[in-house]
Amino acid sequence: MFTQLWQDHKASIVALGALVVLAMASVVEIPETEQAVVIRLGDPVRVINGYKPNVDFGETGAGLSLRIPFLERLQRIDKRLLTIDMDPQEVLSTDQLRLEVDAYARFRIVDPEKVVRKAGNVERVKEQLQPILTSVLRQELGKRTFQSLLTADRGAAMRNIRDGLDREAREYGAQVVDVRIKRADLPAAALESAFQRMNAAREQEATTIRARGEKNAQITRAGAEAEAARTYAEAYGKDPAFYDFYRAMQSYDATFSNTSNRGSSTILMSPDNEYLRQFKGR
Amino acid sequence: MAGGRSPWGGGNRGGDGESDSGQEQPEGEAGDGSEPEPPRGPRNPWLPPGDSPPRRSANIEDIFRHRDHRRSHGSGGGGMPRLPQRPGGKSWFPLIVGAIVLLWIGITSVHMVGPKESGIVTTFGRYSHTIGPGVSMTFPWPIQSVKLIDITIQRDTIPEGETEKLMLTSDQNLVDFSYLVRWFVKNPERFEFELDDPRATVVQVAEAAMRASVAEVPLVDVIGGAGRAQIEQNTRDRMQKILDAYQSGVKIQGVEIKKADPPAKVNAAFQQVTAAQQDAERMQSEARAWAQQVIARSQGDAAAFDKVYAQYKLAPEVTKRRMYYETMERVLSNNDKVIIEAKGVTPYLPLQEVRRNTEQKTTTEGGQ
Repeated sequence: MFTQLWQDHKASIVALGALVVLAMASVVEIPETEQAVVIRLGDPVRVINGYKPNVDFGETGAGLSLRIPFLERLQRIDKRLLTIDMDPQEVLSTDQLRLEVDAYARFRIVDPEKVVRKAGNVERVKEQLQPILTSVLRQELGKRTFQSLLTADRGAAMRNIRDGLDREAREYGAQVVDVRIKRADLPAAALESAFQRMNAAREQEATTIRARGEKNAQITRAGAEAEAARTYAEAYGKDPAFYDFYRAMQSYDATFSNTSNRGSSTILMSPDNEYLRQFKGR
Repeated sequence: MAGGRSPWGGGNRGGDGESDSGQEQPEGEAGDGSEPEPPRGPRNPWLPPGDSPPRRSANIEDIFRHRDHRRSHGSGGGGMPRLPQRPGGKSWFPLIVGAIVLLWIGITSVHMVGPKESGIVTTFGRYSHTIGPGVSMTFPWPIQSVKLIDITIQRDTIPEGETEKLMLTSDQNLVDFSYLVRWFVKNPERFEFELDDPRATVVQVAEAAMRASVAEVPLVDVIGGAGRAQIEQNTRDRMQKILDAYQSGVKIQGVEIKKADPPAKVNAAFQQVTAAQQDAERMQSEARAWAQQVIARSQGDAAAFDKVYAQYKLAPEVTKRRMYYETMERVLSNNDKVIIEAKGVTPYLPLQEVRRNTEQKTTTEGGQ
């Protein structure tokens, strides 16, 4: 059957086949995640599915597109948000403290034609941008103190680094969306001294806490004593003379009539003693 | 169906062993060299009965013999020699192609989406729509394809494992830290199309946001818990802001601090602080107890004095004398007493020693 068909329609089958090949060569499929630069004889002529901000998926130009077969070549460029991951860097702050910084940058290719002209492909753009990121970061962080890197100025530093990197990246058709410090740590050498400092601070805190405890205890005691004194004064102040007598009696009792050391004292008495007044029979 | 026309346009002869057309093979016909049986009636209404040798389905030997025969006689000549011919000299090829195409369409155009999934439909790479849970139909591949995205809540613990991870706090101290991020894909097409590695991005953003948030809070609050809620909230807000700026389609459900401890190397010092706190607490409570005691005694003493004083007021002279005598009685009865007549005379005899000895004897004898 096929033999017959082949014999009869040789020319048309060849023509059909050629047509199919031609059709397939002239239709290209671009996914949502890619933009494609059409290169005609080595010269980038147009972009398919190029990045445009705020365009919904499905309306960006992805899907099937036409090209002139054999004459036009397609270079695919990633359209997504891409990452440059920096190797951890030691950065010296203005107060001569070392900080190990690990940062990343997110960028997007906004001008794929430029990428093709200047760098060739996205990988090479990344390779170009990575050292720039490192140097911009060093430069920017080197202007600040250690403490400000930790908190207040961090956001501002990040913005400056992003803008600095973005200026360079535009040359390659890339837009830097964001730069973030992932980690800002003390390097291993500084870690030890940080631990020592922490230990010392804790010890100091412990001492302070103890001292404060003692102080509070003292205050409590003194307060109680004052309160007691007030109570006594209130009561005894009514008749100081009687208090003197009353307290003396108590004191004698406590000192001399203690049953536990019975007979430990010898009292020498003169017959003139008040107690022996009646001895004389007066 | 016996004797019927197959939907593929051919007769039912020569099924290649599958009896694909549903024709039953008569018993006793398996052997190829057997005597031809009388035909059982027309099998094929398009062929007159009995004008040919009795029909039967080709079995596998037939196929091969036929082929051998063909090959040995060299009469095949092009075409498709591997398959037996269908009646009418047509090839099986379209049939098989048709079946494959049908199967293909069936497999690639019906999609089961699980309850916790979303399917992104692309037409030649271009985003078309998103399908929800259930069974959906699309055009077959390569026209449309479906990518399933898990939209359940994901949990990422950072760092993974039990390693110590140190973070700097606002007072330049270090804290051993680990936390959990819960997130889910809110917008599947963005998640799929916007980022080159969305999962890694979430983790990186979490790192950046968490460190920035911890660096705002002093160590004591990080460890003590006073700043934890604030750190969690700040990290969550920061992450969401960054991820929204990336148009990542990710929603942060929550951030939880799992561990915020002093580093192992300074743990002892931190325990000292705890010990000191307990010491201070103890000292203060002791002081409070003592204070209560002192105050209570003063009040007791004062009350006692007041009582006595009230009595004294009623009859001052008598009461005073009574108290005096009573006290002296107690005092003198418990002590040795020596009464010396002359003034300025000191007794040289150790009288008291003698008396004490005797007295001690009497007390021990008395069983006191």
